[in-house]
Amino acid sequence: MKSGNGNVVIKVGLGSCGVAAGGRGIFDALVTKLGNSNISVQRTGCLGMCYKEPLVEVMLPENRRYVYGDVTLDKLDRIIDEHIINGQPIAEWLLLADGITAEETNPLSGQQRIVLRNCGIIDPESIDDYIGVGGYKALEKALKSMSQEQVIDEIIASGLRGRGGAGFATGIKWRFTREAKGSPKYIICNADEGDPGAFMDRSVLESDPHSVLEGMLIAGYAIGASEGYIYVRAEYPMAVRRLRIAIREAKEKEFIGEKILGSNFSFDIKIREGAGAFVCGEETALIMSIEGKRGMPRSRPPFPAQAGLWGRPTSINNVETFANIAWIINNGAKAYSNYGTEKSKGTKVFALAGKVARGGLVEVPMGMTIRDIVFTVGGGTSSNLTFKAVQMGGPSGGCVPASLADTPVDYDSLTNVGAIMGSGGMLVMDESTCMVDLAKFFLNFTQDESCGKCVPCRIGTKRMLEILERITQGKGREDDVELLEELAVSIKRASLCGLGQTAPNPALTTIKYFRNEYEAHIAEKKCPAKKCQALIIYNVIAEKCNGCRLCQRFCSTGAITGKKKQPHTIDQKKCIRCGLCMNVCKFDSISVD
Amino acid sequence: MATEVQIRKTPSLVVIDDIIHKHNSERGAVIPILQEIQNMYGYIPPAAIDRVAKITGITNGEIYGTATFYNMFRLEPLGKNLVKVCHGTACHLAGAERIAEAIFIEVRAREGETSADRKFTVEQVACLGCCSSAPALMLNEEVVGRLTPESVRKVLRKCKCDDGDGE
Repeated sequence: MKSGNGNVVIKVGLGSCGVAAGGRGIFDALVTKLGNSNISVQRTGCLGMCYKEPLVEVMLPENRRYVYGDVTLDKLDRIIDEHIINGQPIAEWLLLADGITAEETNPLSGQQRIVLRNCGIIDPESIDDYIGVGGYKALEKALKSMSQEQVIDEIIASGLRGRGGAGFATGIKWRFTREAKGSPKYIICNADEGDPGAFMDRSVLESDPHSVLEGMLIAGYAIGASEGYIYVRAEYPMAVRRLRIAIREAKEKEFIGEKILGSNFSFDIKIREGAGAFVCGEETALIMSIEGKRGMPRSRPPFPAQAGLWGRPTSINNVETFANIAWIINNGAKAYSNYGTEKSKGTKVFALAGKVARGGLVEVPMGMTIRDIVFTVGGGTSSNLTFKAVQMGGPSGGCVPASLADTPVDYDSLTNVGAIMGSGGMLVMDESTCMVDLAKFFLNFTQDESCGKCVPCRIGTKRMLEILERITQGKGREDDVELLEELAVSIKRASLCGLGQTAPNPALTTIKYFRNEYEAHIAEKKCPAKKCQALIIYNVIAEKCNGCRLCQRFCSTGAITGKKKQPHTIDQKKCIRCGLCMNVCKFDSISVD
Repeated sequence: MATEVQIRKTPSLVVIDDIIHKHNSERGAVIPILQEIQNMYGYIPPAAIDRVAKITGITNGEIYGTATFYNMFRLEPLGKNLVKVCHGTACHLAGAERIAEAIFIEVRAREGETSADRKFTVEQVACLGCCSSAPALMLNEEVVGRLTPESVRKVLRKCKCDDGDGE
């Protein structure tokens, strides 16, 4: 992966984002064009700058790197000619270049990469690449020079808290599992990243799968487990494929197997593909699913640390948590706890998405403010519209309005404003987002994903959704907001698991911070953001319409009529207000009111 | 472009038995067994549920319960191409519903349906995790992102053409 032999190395980002943006075509073109030269074309994972995919990195001897974004096949020809062959970088397309990029335009500025340390740098399908950057050194250190207790002490001292959402101290969880009676013991890696809007686990598994395996191995050693499962979403086929390759290679190099590295520690790792149920992110539901049953949670205690998989002591940790472990063992607890706040140590990866200019994965020290993440790291909103709010923690989290943008991002501060850290989804919204519609969107999701076991969640989320639906249809009743709040409190208190206990959060926080929008829908029958279909109307602006007929071809109900080169009209009786006409019109001649 | 899901046409008990025996020694193997059967046929044929029950000793009802609990399992045959339209939060904000509408215009199938020519099954998924490429969909195994109503129609049309008329 290094160009130590004096050759030029070119890397193409081939995580799911890169592939979705056409990275594979770029990679193939590079191989075809440069295959016979001494220039090496390599695949890598996600650098986190998903908004500029496909990314191509040119690495010259002396390890100087140049990253090009939004690469197309046409641009590629010029990059090959001018930069790779003639050594002249094309400044206007450069996203990042060592020694050239200014701090304020550097997409990595403000970031601190621990979890993402190898993402977008190594080839995720090569264990030699991982070993080349110090991989499996932490496992060796733990096995050869640390006792099981010392490993646990180190993780406790680092202050690492579970990155899956609840934020329980990882080392303490390990200690409970280690001290619990019963054997065998199990390690489970929770890779059932179900929060819509969160994709850090996918990216780590696709870009640096060995770091997760190494974390699991160290956990297995510390706890005294001999078997680990990775429960990974079936919607992530690339992550599953790369994990399988990583496990195979780690077995070949004897990092997984019997008497690892000459010690008495033996460990095996298996993959279980999830089958698409959000509730399986909840640990007891996840265990049910691995056992082959319907993924329905049970009440705790006993906690999985006492009675988990097959009734045995089990430690369940999230992908990002495991990806931190090797770094902590290598660099020490103190180095890790230097980052972050008093109660939230280290760094956190956020999936920045929505109306943000530089969407992708960012890793920042805990305690950075929302404003700094959105504006300094994320580059502000992607539209010309004003920043309105962020949704933290997906459907279990809450929205934080722009007025509270100086809230530091740590577990406790976020809880205080009604949101949660969750898995780190951070969805940026601008003025065009309707907050009632957003609450409806999340409630629709949670009521659909409710496993149906307990009444408050199964029926409560349904009733909340019905109320939100009627509000967005302009049929809201005067006391609907109060009714929503009352239901929300009961559901939170009485639900069996985290899904129900947090499901009302999006509605509660949008009511708390944007009550006026609810009132506009109910009292004035208006959607201020012009999103709710029943409350808006599309019209053709006759002066602007040149009769190109494009909108007609995209109208599924035949509501748009008009002769060629004549202004069109919309039949409001037929119009379903899908907004496609406005989307495809090249002359801005559709208005919405 | 995206590889098509390779699907065998008629369920064969020999193949199903092989799958079951491959996993049966593991504990809790029902889900991997059902997944592999679905990968083979594109759905879980009723005969397969009976067979899994018979060999594993787990009741029909329990297997049916598992199969219907999880979103990924299908009890109906699949069209030639599988389109999963992402309705994650970022895609929702970026207009996923309009993408679904454009897909309907192109293939005349709404989410949860298979087109009359059986070339496309359209499904709705919660999140593909490609939020920076919103709105996105997964065509067979590959994610296509930054869609517009126009580009999604092109992608599907190309897929139709690649299939050829002999299919």
